[in-house]
Amino acid sequence: MSATFEVKPARGQQPAAAPPAASTARKPPRTTRRTQAARSLRRHWQLYLLVVVPLAYFVIFKYIPIANAVIAFKNYSPIKGPWGSDWVGFRNFELFFQNPVFWTLVKNTFLLSVYTVLASFPIPIILAIALNEIRNGRFKKTVQLVTYAPYFISTVVVVSMTILVLSPRLGFVNDAIGLFGVPSIDFLGRPDYFRHIYVWSDVWQTTGYSAVIYLAALSGIDPALHESARIDGASRLQRIRHVDLPGIMPTAVIILVLGVGNIMSIGFEKAFLLQNPLNTAQSEIIATYVYKTGLLNADFSMATAIGLFNSVINLFLLLGVNFAAKRITGNGLWS
Amino acid sequence: MSITLQGLRRTSERTTIEETRTDKIFLLGVKIMLWIALILVAVPLIYIVANSFSSPSAVSAGRVLLWPIEPSLKAYREAFSDPLIMKGYLNSFIYAIGGTLISVTLTIAIAYPLSRRTFFGRNVIMSVLIFTMLFSGGLIPTYLVVQDLGLLNTRWAMVIPSAIGVWQVIIARTFFRSTIPDELYEAATIDGASDLRFLWSIVLPLSKPVIAVIALMYAIFQWNSYFDALIYLKDPGLYPLQIVLRNVLILNQYGGAGAQNLAQQLEQQQLANVLKYALIVISSLPVLVIYPFVARHFTKGVMVGAVKG
Repeated sequence: MSATFEVKPARGQQPAAAPPAASTARKPPRTTRRTQAARSLRRHWQLYLLVVVPLAYFVIFKYIPIANAVIAFKNYSPIKGPWGSDWVGFRNFELFFQNPVFWTLVKNTFLLSVYTVLASFPIPIILAIALNEIRNGRFKKTVQLVTYAPYFISTVVVVSMTILVLSPRLGFVNDAIGLFGVPSIDFLGRPDYFRHIYVWSDVWQTTGYSAVIYLAALSGIDPALHESARIDGASRLQRIRHVDLPGIMPTAVIILVLGVGNIMSIGFEKAFLLQNPLNTAQSEIIATYVYKTGLLNADFSMATAIGLFNSVINLFLLLGVNFAAKRITGNGLWS
Repeated sequence: MSITLQGLRRTSERTTIEETRTDKIFLLGVKIMLWIALILVAVPLIYIVANSFSSPSAVSAGRVLLWPIEPSLKAYREAFSDPLIMKGYLNSFIYAIGGTLISVTLTIAIAYPLSRRTFFGRNVIMSVLIFTMLFSGGLIPTYLVVQDLGLLNTRWAMVIPSAIGVWQVIIARTFFRSTIPDELYEAATIDGASDLRFLWSIVLPLSKPVIAVIALMYAIFQWNSYFDALIYLKDPGLYPLQIVLRNVLILNQYGGAGAQNLAQQLEQQQLANVLKYALIVISSLPVLVIYPFVARHFTKGVMVGAVKG
C-alpha cells in the first residue's frame, strides 16, 4: 500500500525486480499493484505461509457454514447433503412466519434485549464515574477488584447461583422478603419474573467489567480540563456533567451501538439455562427455539431458516445503528 | 507512573482549593453508593462459599447466611471422590490447555503478517475476518461442517471450531504494529534473518505481555464454555466440567441411587444440596485465583485492541 521507496537491503537475487521509484510511479496503477503483490509474495513468502492455516480455519468454520445456510431454502436430506437437497424456495420462512409461536419469539427476544441494554448501559458509567471521584487507593481498588470478579465466572455457575439464591426453600432472597411478611415466591417458576432475573443477574455479572472500559476513558481526560473547571468554581457534579461525560462519550456510543446492534442476537446460553417448563412463555427466545428445532427435533432446514432470518435482521440493525450514531455523534464502530 | 503523578498533583491541589460543603456531601454520597455496590456483588459470593463449608443439614434448613454453620468439609470430600466430577475437571483442563495452545499459535500466525505493512492483501484479509463478526451461517450449518469433518463426539470438537477469535487477532495485531518498529525488522534483515526467524527470535520475546493476555482470554473462555460441549459431545466421558455442573446444579441429576430407606434418601438429598455450593466454589476457583493478577493486563489488552479496530 504505502510507498515503494523503502530501500530494502539488496539480497542479490533480484536486480530487475526492484525498479527505481521514479519509473514505478509513472506506470498505470493496476500493474503497479500487481508487481507490488508479486514482489511482496516473493520476498515474504514465509508470511503468506503463516496465514494459510488460520485462513483455512475461517473458510472452513465461518464461510462454509454461510454457504451451508442454503439449506434454509431447501428440504434438507442428510443423504443428499446441503447442495444436493431439493429446493423449496421460501417455504420454510413462510411456515415460520405463519407459526403462532413466531410473534412470541420475536417479542420475547426483543424485550429481553432492550431491557438488558437499558439496564446494563447506564450502570457501569455511574460506577466508573463514582470510582473516578474517589482518591482513596485501597477502597477504590477493593471495589474494582470485587465488582470485576463475577465477569470471570461461567454462565453455568452464575445461573446456578441465581437459582440457589432465589430458591423458594433455601435461598436467602425469600428469607429476606419473608422478614417483611411476604410469602415465599417461586421466582423461576413464574414467567413474568424471567426477564428481571435475566437482566439483573447480567448486571451483577458484567457491571464491574464494563466500568473498567469507562475508567480507562476517564483517565484519558486531560487533567488540565478538571483544573480549569475547579478554578472557575465548578462543583464536583458540574465537573462530571461538563468534563467527564463528554470525555467518555465516544466510548459510550461504541458500546451502545454494539448493544443495540446485537439486540436480536441475545445469547443462547443464559436464556437456555434459566429456562424451565414453567417459564417458557417469556423465556423462549429465537436462539433457544433454533436449538430445539434443529438439534432436538432434527428439523435442520427450518432451524437454519430461523437462524438466517435472525442473522440478517441483526446485520441490518448493526449497520443501521452504526450509521445513525455516526450521523448524530460523529462516532461509530469504524470511524 | 503517569497515573501516580496525576494523583499527587490532585492531592496537592486539594490543599490549595478548599472543597465546598456540597462537594463534601456529594463525595459522601458517592462513597455510600460504592459501599452498596460492593455489598451487592460480594454478598452472593460470600453466601455461596459459606454454604459450601457448612453441614448438609444446616444448608438444607436454609440456616446459612454469611458464615459457615456447623463447619464441615463433607461436600468437598463428596465432590473430590465423585468420578464423574473429577473426570469433568480433568477434561476441562485438557481442553483449556490444548485449546489455548492451538488458539494462541493460530492467532499469532495470522495477526503477525497482518501487522506488517509489506504484507500485501492485509486489508482484504482483515475484512474477511471482521465480516465473520457481523454475520454467521448459524448453528445448524456450522454443526453440519463439524459433522462432515468427523469431529462430532471427539475432543477436537471442543478446541477446533472455536479456535480463533477475531477480537484476539485484532488485539495481537495492534500490539505488534505499535511495539515492533520497522527499523528493527530492517536491521534484522541486514543480518540475514528471514521473516520466520525474525518472528521467532525477536517479535515473540518482545510480545510476552500480549501473548499472556490472549492466552488467558482463551483459557478462561474455554474453561467457562459449555455450548460447544452441549451440541457436539454425546459421550459423558468427554464432558467438560461445565456440562457436569449443569447436570448437577441445574438439572438436579445427582445421587438417588443406592438409597435403602427414607433416612438415607434424606441424607443424600441434603448432601446433594451442599454439593451444589461446593461445586460452584471448586469450578470457579482456578479462574478467580488467577484473575486478580491478570486483571490489569486484561484491561490493558482490551484497551490496546480498542485503540484502532
